[in-house]
Amino acid sequence: MTMLRPKFFLNRRGRRGFRRGTQRQSSSESSAQNSASSAVNRIFGLLLGVALFSLPLTARAQDTDRIDAQITNTPSPTYIIRNARIVTVSGADIDNGILVIINGHIAGVGANISAPAGAQEIDARGLTIYPGMIDLGSNMGLIEVPTGAPGTIDVQELGEMNPNIAAVWSINPHSAHIAVTRVAGVTTALSLPSGAVISGQAALINLLGTSPREMAVVPEAALVIDFPRIGGGGFGGPPSITPEAMTQRERRVDELRKMLRDAEAYGRAQDAYRKDPKSTPRPVTDLKLAALVPYVRGERPVIFRAEREREIRAVVRFAEELKLKPIIIGGSEAWKTATLLKEKDVPVILDSVLNLPLHEDDAYDSLYENAAKLHAAGVRFCISTGDSGAHVRDLPFNAGMAAAFGLPRTEALKSVTLYPAQILGVADRMGSIEAGKIANLVITDGDLLEPRTNIKFLFINGRQLPLVSRHTMLNDQFKDRK
Amino acid sequence: MKTLMIIVCLIFLANVAGAQSPDRTKTRIIRNATVLTVSHGTLVNTDVLIRNGKIAAVGQNLKAPDDAQVIDATGKFVSPGIIDAHSHTMMDGSVNECTKSVTSMARTQDILNPTAIGIYRELAGGTTAALLLHGSCNAIGGLSTTVKLKWGHPAADFPIPGATPGIKFALGENPKRTNFNIPGLQPRYPATRMGVEETIRDAFARARDYKRDWDDYRAGVARDEKNLIPPRRDLELEPLVEVLEGKRFVHSHCYRADEILMLMNLADELGFKVRTLQHVLEGYKVASEIARHGAMASAFADFWGYKMEAYDAIPYDVAIMTRHGVVSSVNSDSDERARRLNIEAAKMVRYGGLTEDEALKLVTLNPAMQLGIENRVGTIDVGKDADVVVWSAHPLSVYTHVEQTFVDGELLFDRQADIARRAQLEAERKTLEAAESNKSPAQGGTPPRAPSAIRRAYTHDDDIQDGEDRRP
Repeated sequence: MTMLRPKFFLNRRGRRGFRRGTQRQSSSESSAQNSASSAVNRIFGLLLGVALFSLPLTARAQDTDRIDAQITNTPSPTYIIRNARIVTVSGADIDNGILVIINGHIAGVGANISAPAGAQEIDARGLTIYPGMIDLGSNMGLIEVPTGAPGTIDVQELGEMNPNIAAVWSINPHSAHIAVTRVAGVTTALSLPSGAVISGQAALINLLGTSPREMAVVPEAALVIDFPRIGGGGFGGPPSITPEAMTQRERRVDELRKMLRDAEAYGRAQDAYRKDPKSTPRPVTDLKLAALVPYVRGERPVIFRAEREREIRAVVRFAEELKLKPIIIGGSEAWKTATLLKEKDVPVILDSVLNLPLHEDDAYDSLYENAAKLHAAGVRFCISTGDSGAHVRDLPFNAGMAAAFGLPRTEALKSVTLYPAQILGVADRMGSIEAGKIANLVITDGDLLEPRTNIKFLFINGRQLPLVSRHTMLNDQFKDRK
Repeated sequence: MKTLMIIVCLIFLANVAGAQSPDRTKTRIIRNATVLTVSHGTLVNTDVLIRNGKIAAVGQNLKAPDDAQVIDATGKFVSPGIIDAHSHTMMDGSVNECTKSVTSMARTQDILNPTAIGIYRELAGGTTAALLLHGSCNAIGGLSTTVKLKWGHPAADFPIPGATPGIKFALGENPKRTNFNIPGLQPRYPATRMGVEETIRDAFARARDYKRDWDDYRAGVARDEKNLIPPRRDLELEPLVEVLEGKRFVHSHCYRADEILMLMNLADELGFKVRTLQHVLEGYKVASEIARHGAMASAFADFWGYKMEAYDAIPYDVAIMTRHGVVSSVNSDSDERARRLNIEAAKMVRYGGLTEDEALKLVTLNPAMQLGIENRVGTIDVGKDADVVVWSAHPLSVYTHVEQTFVDGELLFDRQADIARRAQLEAERKTLEAAESNKSPAQGGTPPRAPSAIRRAYTHDDDIQDGEDRRP
């Protein structure tokens, strides 16, 4: 067994064999829940089983990445998926539809589409195709083990103003969280740095690839600001409404405002210099201000963490004053500010559906039904787990809980697919099943948001991925141990 | 005018009468539900009759007394109350007596807060009973309490009469204080998994000596010997003697396969059984050994990776242990998850392919067996306590919510009543906020008092890493 491992795993013949094996796959083969359903999966399962038994313990976390290296090394296949119910999200459902994937993108979707040359056939009879889910509130790849292994934590930099750091520089593509998350149908995540006042820049990544740049859909997708508040926003500690705490909060907001204004000026100075370098003094390079320019110009969104009503109102005022493009993350009391959020068209990333209510006398379901209230008020929102990485896979159940408390089911589905894409300005590329979009697809045997549903096929960037993760590998290794 | 007076009087009398005939003794009939009995399958269009706090009948078109309250559950689902085999609710943060490695003298039942809001929120999620455990700070922790969530009752009504008492043990990172090395603070023994084993062994060595002292003394009394001096009572060792005598259950926090084996081996050697392995994240690696020892397992559904020893936790854990014959349950260890254990159970259909009946057992009958209360609760059967939940949809569906929760036949959560009360509570809050003492400084009021941190039921630094997902 040990002999087989490295050679077999890296040999090109094996790879070609696997590709031939995918020529025809049938959903009728997929009787086992959630695990190997196709030839791809079976072959991978075998390879990985071998690898798992023979590799030293420390290498295990990287096994899934070996799949990624193999998959991204090959040309993007053409697929035709037949007989599926297709939930496009953006349009009507198609009951017995066909979906074609060419070169990583959805080439066609409908009831009648002819097969392109060389397409691999997938029979999805009895199954449903959904767009991959998107979580805008994670720290994916920035924290592996939050306690007891500080070397695996790269989410929070020192200092108060860090616009010049970016998640895309330190996302670990080999994190075990990535495969664990995608096999649950979440194909895309926004990974946010945290802490400080300006935490840094978030990256939108597809959960496939061997380098952060390869994974990135938008490498610098948003600026993250932990908006200063009393008892938080850069320092933490217990809340205390003391005159000192109030003064400190005001000071931080003033510093933030000043830095953003400086960035506007810096941008103008740079422009002026570019236009007329002869008679304009060359501005001294300032990495912090340079990083802020696209954000203060409203070209990219700024994500503000704010939970309580007064924090949300403060953020909306602040963003308006500085002409930023704000997104609220958190929003536990967003329902109390729904009229304002609607009027100013400020979207919310709700990452608190499953949190305990903020106050002891809040209704027991105040956070469950937050989304339904925002929807009724016409506020743009999406649902997120707010999890660092390990539990981003629970995203569908967060949306499902909102649906159990008043959010229409179709809206709940949109809140983890199309709405996050729209809020981040990438709905031209993902979030629904439409020709031209990136082929991030999940094929299930039931309702996507139900925990009892099994994922049968998974595509990211148009590449079919085996439903293998650190967890399925450990399961395979031990489930039959006597 | 006279008529009005009479009506007012009647209303008053009706209210008094209502107060005098407590809700808990009411006869009720839940009509036309889909009943998930857990013990004998799913029954459609079925009625459940509740009388004197017990399930009096289950069947179609049951006859009910005229004064029975009728609950129309057409299109709805009825299940047994959910049982949470790992909880720290209503403990107000007093979870860990951390100062010693053996704290078997500390009792959770002494510190229960019957007004903790977590109780109500959990009833609103269908949870009706819980094992309240001491924390995992020490190898041998404090004594546990098995309770029903009797919201509105005094604390004395919460413990389930006759439930076998329990004690918390803990292995691994928490008792060895790995993640709590505070500079300047004297480290506490043990600091390794070796020391954890030794701590338990040492405590039981002392407990066995203590038991012999008492056995000798009682034998002497039986022989009518004169001038006997009884041994000095030892509140630390008494519960351990009860463990050796099989009168107290051991519920042990554990993660890694090696420490699970260590405890079972030690228990075999010392002559007791581990009742439940709690968390038991790597139980799937040694499921056969667990089955052979005869321990049961209470785990998270899919919580993992929050610390080093949780890195090999997989959501297939419960299914693998179940398939190896280990009676398993899914627990919360958190006031948050305790509100949706039905969904945690549903995940076990996805991960490992349990049937829906098996999944439902993970939060009803199986935890009841683990706590030794399966003769009273855990299924919908005639004669059992009327701990019953009415759901809007199948409890394993993410789209469901609880309509009503009954404990001992008493309606302790009613969604419609909760919603109906909200406007009144909102008005009351507004009145209070407008009160003189709550005026803002700008309006001439005194500066607001610094609020204390929200009091949560489970906030000790030690265990929070098991119970809650900590975002940095």
